[in-house]
Amino acid sequence: MIPELGHFALMLALGLALVQGIMPIVGTRSNDPVLMSIAGPAALAQFAFVAMAFTALAVSYVTSDFSVLNVYENSNTQMPLIYRLTSIWGNHEGSMMLWVSILTFFGALVAAFGTNLPVVLKANALAVQAWIAAAFELFILMTSNPFVRIPNAPFEGQDLNPILQDPGLAFHPPMLYLGYVGFSISFSFAIAALIEGRIDAAWARWVRPWVLGAWMCLTLGIAGGSYWAYYELGWGGFWFWDPVENASLMPWLAGTALLHSAVVMEKRGALKIWTILLAILTFSLSLIGTFLVRSGVLTSVHAFAVDPRRGIFILGILVVFIGGALALYAWRAPLLKQGGLFAPISREGALVFNNLFLTTACATVLVGTLYPLALEALTGAKISVGPPFFDLTFGPLFIPLMAVMPFGPLMGWKRGDLLGAAQRLLAAAMLAALATAAAFALEHGGPMMAPFGVGVAVFVMAGAVTDIAERTLVLRLPLRAALRRALGLPRSAWGTTFAHFGIGVTLMGIVGVTAWGSERIAEIKPGASLDIAHYRVTFDGTFDRAGSNYRDVVGRFTVHRLNGELIGNMQPSRRAFPDRNMATTEAALMSRGVNQLYISIGDPNKDGSVPVRLYFKPYVLMIWLGAGIMFVGGALSLSDRRLRVGAPRPAKARARGVPQPAE
Amino acid sequence: MRYLHALMLLLALAWSFPVRAVQPDEMLADPKLEARARAISQELRCLVCQNESIDESEAPLAHDLRVLVRQRIEAGDSDAQVMNFIVARYGEFVLLKPRLEWRTALLWCTPPGLLLIGIVMLLIAAHRRKGAAVVIGSANLTAAEEARVAELLRGEAPVAGD
Repeated sequence: MIPELGHFALMLALGLALVQGIMPIVGTRSNDPVLMSIAGPAALAQFAFVAMAFTALAVSYVTSDFSVLNVYENSNTQMPLIYRLTSIWGNHEGSMMLWVSILTFFGALVAAFGTNLPVVLKANALAVQAWIAAAFELFILMTSNPFVRIPNAPFEGQDLNPILQDPGLAFHPPMLYLGYVGFSISFSFAIAALIEGRIDAAWARWVRPWVLGAWMCLTLGIAGGSYWAYYELGWGGFWFWDPVENASLMPWLAGTALLHSAVVMEKRGALKIWTILLAILTFSLSLIGTFLVRSGVLTSVHAFAVDPRRGIFILGILVVFIGGALALYAWRAPLLKQGGLFAPISREGALVFNNLFLTTACATVLVGTLYPLALEALTGAKISVGPPFFDLTFGPLFIPLMAVMPFGPLMGWKRGDLLGAAQRLLAAAMLAALATAAAFALEHGGPMMAPFGVGVAVFVMAGAVTDIAERTLVLRLPLRAALRRALGLPRSAWGTTFAHFGIGVTLMGIVGVTAWGSERIAEIKPGASLDIAHYRVTFDGTFDRAGSNYRDVVGRFTVHRLNGELIGNMQPSRRAFPDRNMATTEAALMSRGVNQLYISIGDPNKDGSVPVRLYFKPYVLMIWLGAGIMFVGGALSLSDRRLRVGAPRPAKARARGVPQPAE
Repeated sequence: MRYLHALMLLLALAWSFPVRAVQPDEMLADPKLEARARAISQELRCLVCQNESIDESEAPLAHDLRVLVRQRIEAGDSDAQVMNFIVARYGEFVLLKPRLEWRTALLWCTPPGLLLIGIVMLLIAAHRRKGAAVVIGSANLTAAEEARVAELLRGEAPVAGD
């Protein structure tokens, strides 16, 4: 009964989406306030029904109702409750339900809290939002219905793929989807602006919190996925340039560009048309990512051709929405008024530079990801585009971006003072040079360029701090006065500093672990030990351990410093899931500051020895730490007074005491 | 989101193949030669996996290729000769970094080409802007809207969205 209710609720949601997609637009065309006002309640009701459908599915999972095919295929009574819940989105049908739930949730948020929006803009934006929702609800109902029943319900379900039974991966998809789908709001607002044929700086202010929120979730989602791959796949790689990863990186790059161009638009009224285009492109890339992951086209073009129903449907959605949006853009964008003049050397100029490199990097990833598919589809020739290609093309685009980043916030609007900015960055540059020299002196081996990478990373970090130091006059005023200035700074300024600092931290981690990581691969017997970096790792032997739905063969390792001091134990294991006849590698990690020791083992041999992969990963934790700092930066910026709902009137004194807010 | 990757990996990882990436017994005794072998391995695709190099892959075919690469190195081949040997056997598909040819020209030209186009377009836009005297800003807003924008920019009114 409950699954049928869910199914029915989803159909009703589709009906409501159609109402929400058509009536408000008719209303804005005929200037009928009643029709326009339908959008809000319809969005709320649509979300209520989708939430009902999602809850129905969740109830089926929690109660292990194996008469539902989707539950039977992906869940099992042996699994802990938390994984029974997260396995809702561990499969195609359920993850599409999550996608639509988040989409309608955001639509409902706009409807509920967008009381301040111009009526026409809100009606149009909610209508566009409803078209997207309708398309995906139809997709679920036609090709991916999670509520299909089995005539004779089995007693026990199959399992969730063991590799997905992991806290890291359980929460990774929702974060990513919050990001992907969050960009749908800026898309809807962009289309609404095009339909209306007008746009102003206030548009950017309304849209920016959404972009920021989506960007934060995406940042955390990507970082979470990366950390999961790092410890789960057993050899400590943190980024693979896998098409599925690229699918999440592309919206992030475009979204980062959008975040910055929206600043220019909000502050200076410039780059309007470009910002609209970026808003369209960012969500288009989210859709492309969904298509890549969900259609099976990545496995092979042929697999896609064998069962093309879902793929064709999503491809149709892609063509209609991206094609339609770009056509609308080409038709309407010339009507929009450009504004805001600026000199090339200015804050705006720096942000344009940022956009140029970010979009080029994004296009590089897009072309690299799709090229093999397109080439095979067109000519039948098979080529591979993998990490070596991306390392060679993406790196050179990103390094200049990093090197210029500290200059941006120090430049004035309209006309900046490059020399002045350079002078203020002198300390940061000296610090960077010092770090480069230190890296040359202290680290051995690794590529020649690595110390310069460290230099850039330190420059980015120090540059971010410089901006705040300049604004608080921390070196010139007494500490108390500087502190008061620091507290008075707009939160968005702190947000910029944190986000930029975070990028530097992540870069440092990537450079460090790539250049100076070391590894030992060997078969070792109990009692034998391996030396790595300044540690000695001794293998004590293996023992068996039973889990709820798996069995572990655990290796015990003792870690000493080379001088003999005992540090601790590490217990990597080989985890077998008998239900699925599968095994996973459970690596053991030991953090030493931001460095990590990493051990993974293979299946033991008959003589008691095990194949061991032992890694020393210097600076590796900085990669994800940096992402966390970026997230905090986003949160600070989001909490800025200007963007908060119902923000109180700013204090007069504060408004005078602090330089122009800017990011 | 990495399900597919994970799934393919799992297919290769299922119990019937207890082989794991770069086995101790595959490695060459000479660390210099081994380092070369590792570097080459990272540029070669495991043909039965999804986007994995033979250096990372646990599939038996990747094992065979790793051994083959090491055999060629021990036989005295240069890095380029090893690559050519493998490509001759398995085709261009095996290269994770495709060679610059006519059919990959678009792929390789995209990053520098796009950057160049972007710069040229920016220069043209800057040039045009210099020539045109433009009325900036909100000339097309009504008085009420002007007041609204001013109010928003002062940050006095609640802003929708969070």
